Amino acid sequence: MEFISYLVNGISLGSIYALIALGYTMVYGIAKMLNFAHGDVIMIGGYVVFTAMTTMGLNPWLSILIGIVFCTLLGVVIEKVAYKPLRSATSLAVLITAIGVSYFLQNLALIIFGAGGKTFTSVVNIEPVSLFGGQVTISGETIVTILVSVVLMVVLTLFVNRTKPGRAMLAVSEDKGAAQLMGVNVNRTISLTFAIGSALAAIAGVLMCSTFPSLTPYIGAMPGIRAFVAAVFGGIGSIPGAMIGGVLIGIIENLSKAYISSQMSDAIVFAVLIIVLLVKPTGIMGKKIAEKV
Amino acid sequence: MAMLEVSNLKVNYGMIQAIKGISFKVEQGEIIALIGANGAGKTTTLHTVSGLLKAKEGSILFNGKELTKTQPHKIVEMGMAHVPEGRRIFQQLTVYENLILGAYTRSDKKEIAESLETIYKRFPRLEERKKQIAGTLSGGEQQMLAMGRALMSKPKIVLMDEPSMGLSPLLVSEIFDIIQSINKSGTTVLLVEQNAKKALSIANRAYVLETGKIVLEGDAKELMNNDQIKKAYLGE
Repeated sequence: MEFISYLVNGISLGSIYALIALGYTMVYGIAKMLNFAHGDVIMIGGYVVFTAMTTMGLNPWLSILIGIVFCTLLGVVIEKVAYKPLRSATSLAVLITAIGVSYFLQNLALIIFGAGGKTFTSVVNIEPVSLFGGQVTISGETIVTILVSVVLMVVLTLFVNRTKPGRAMLAVSEDKGAAQLMGVNVNRTISLTFAIGSALAAIAGVLMCSTFPSLTPYIGAMPGIRAFVAAVFGGIGSIPGAMIGGVLIGIIENLSKAYISSQMSDAIVFAVLIIVLLVKPTGIMGKKIAEKV
Repeated sequence: MAMLEVSNLKVNYGMIQAIKGISFKVEQGEIIALIGANGAGKTTTLHTVSGLLKAKEGSILFNGKELTKTQPHKIVEMGMAHVPEGRRIFQQLTVYENLILGAYTRSDKKEIAESLETIYKRFPRLEERKKQIAGTLSGGEQQMLAMGRALMSKPKIVLMDEPSMGLSPLLVSEIFDIIQSINKSGTTVLLVEQNAKKALSIANRAYVLETGKIVLEGDAKELMNNDQIKKAYLGE
């Protein structure tokens, strides 16, 4: 019975990773870069919602909306200021810039909010659910996280496959030049990708802070790396891959903590990644077509 | 005024000057062929016309508007389509999705649906395979898809880069018949080909490119009887 509770909590944690991994994978697919500052956008989202909700006393829903809008704009601004001037630079230069942006965001939060942890008030006020006559209890946060993630993933999948800007994203990620020849504005498509990725990161931030309420400038870093692992695990550039990879990493992490060792959980997650990449170098849902890097 | 007028175009490709000052023009309704060996600069020329590469010097006027400072997606909006070398269809999308992406610059859903019908009529095999992933099509079908996708933007002019590449002789003839019929229905064609014989047989006029320069130009029928051309490009 305990297993079910660990599994459900793993799925919930994994859903958060999946939302973050979507940002990584979409940006990689379209701009061919690893945005290592993506994890820190989650942290900024957490602080913005915290400030609006706790410091200014605004309605939680309004606070979440402010957080999403703020992060969306932040993502677009980061791309315009830090990455766009490097569009034709080497990928190493872009990677180092992304790491620089990550430190910048962490230190900005450190200056504004201080190093001490803030206690984030959960935005979920649903009672925990008891299953199997009280043997398994699932928290409201867990349920909401899973539901919100599923809805967002369905909406994102429909958006990408059924709408004009979504198809433009697929076209740019496959062949930027050919997409331009269709009349797609590549710069605008890249901005849109950063906007969507950052909005998802803000929502992931709220869900994460509701489950784990301690808010510090560094809370985005580790989930960011795990979500990056999830994106690679699922096949970087693949949207369904990020979803599957995220949920699997969450389950593996939670079950390792429960049955093997809390300290070893990261080592186990990375070991699984290494094994998957040895067997299938492109990840679970990776593209079969060889790509120039 | 010519529909497309290229004057003294120079383009660098990395460190080398790939195009060394070429001039040519395309009148409305024509089929113009740019022929020449591998590495002569034909593809570079087309890429510069459609904005994927930046010109170093010179001008490209399309219906009187300068293209050398225009972004590629704007050039598509102005009525130019480009069927690139190697087709470059979106391999992971379906045939239908590829065609719809071709109409990216258009917004009238009803007119797009009509264009789709026209394309399906011209290429019945694309209709049969509309739900198929484009990467699984044969070479000839991929070429037809690339052409259909370009036509979905309702272009005034189509640039075609090596449409015969890698196709069987029978398919090559079919593709060239299609190019002729596209032209007859009112679309101007700028054709780049290594298959000089085929290209000259459907073109009105042609330009011969050699290492970034135009070395010969004229009426396609006359060029076909030119001894130099016969020896160098027609293998006679």
